[in-house]
Amino acid sequence: MTPITPAHYLVLSAALFSIGLIGVLVRRNLIVIFMSIELMLNAVNINLVAFSQQWQHVVGQVFALFVVAVAAAEAAIGLGIILAFYRNKETVNVDEITLMRW
Amino acid sequence: MTIAFYTLAAFILALGVLVVSTKNTVHAVLFLVANFLCVAMLYVLLQAEFLAVIQVLVYAGGIVVLYLFVVMLVNLKRGPETHVDPRRRDRMGLLIGGAVLAEFVAILLYGFAPRATGAAPAAAAPGVGNVEQVGWSLYVDYLVPFEVASILLLVAMIGAIVLAKKEP
Repeated sequence: MTPITPAHYLVLSAALFSIGLIGVLVRRNLIVIFMSIELMLNAVNINLVAFSQQWQHVVGQVFALFVVAVAAAEAAIGLGIILAFYRNKETVNVDEITLMRW
Repeated sequence: MTIAFYTLAAFILALGVLVVSTKNTVHAVLFLVANFLCVAMLYVLLQAEFLAVIQVLVYAGGIVVLYLFVVMLVNLKRGPETHVDPRRRDRMGLLIGGAVLAEFVAILLYGFAPRATGAAPAAAAPGVGNVEQVGWSLYVDYLVPFEVASILLLVAMIGAIVLAKKEP
């Protein structure tokens, strides 16, 4: 078998990102859409860490740490919005969230 | 090494597909935990041990618990995806996702075809652990972004409390 190059990691991360993208575009459950966004952020982190290992430079891992921090903030705010919305409308279906849609 | 990578990659992709395709939201969250743990193992494979621990602590420990709480709080009387907007185009979403993946793979094949791995990487400092390296970089070179990130987390915490608070 060929040794693992960064290209392998990049292909894996691209595939994971695409899975998350399809989830965001296809699913209608708001919570599942948020989980798909987490998948996409994870794909980006795999990219950063793969390059960090390729160049033997630790900055990629530091950036991945910042991505994790932003993901945590995003999850907290997003789930707060989901709860507030559920309290008003009793639904988490994005097809019923049409108040500000053109 | 090679076998470990392919096994982990297969698990990560399969669990990702399950997260996106499962109807039951609780099952989707559990698949998400497994996915995050597999990604953490991939970080260990990439010699990023500190990030692997952070991944387990923050993602698998913190964020997923948050998701489970919300799934339990949002108890739906009717199914979450019963109402379908007639203007919705699910096929289009799949098509766009597939197109993006094809584009990524094309770019990667094009970019990595001539030279296999690029230039030789610089030698790492001997005898310095991963945690120490990350710590030096984080607290010396990236101190200001680090503080900004902490303020961002504080704002997010206050915002989440305000959003989730019941109206008086």
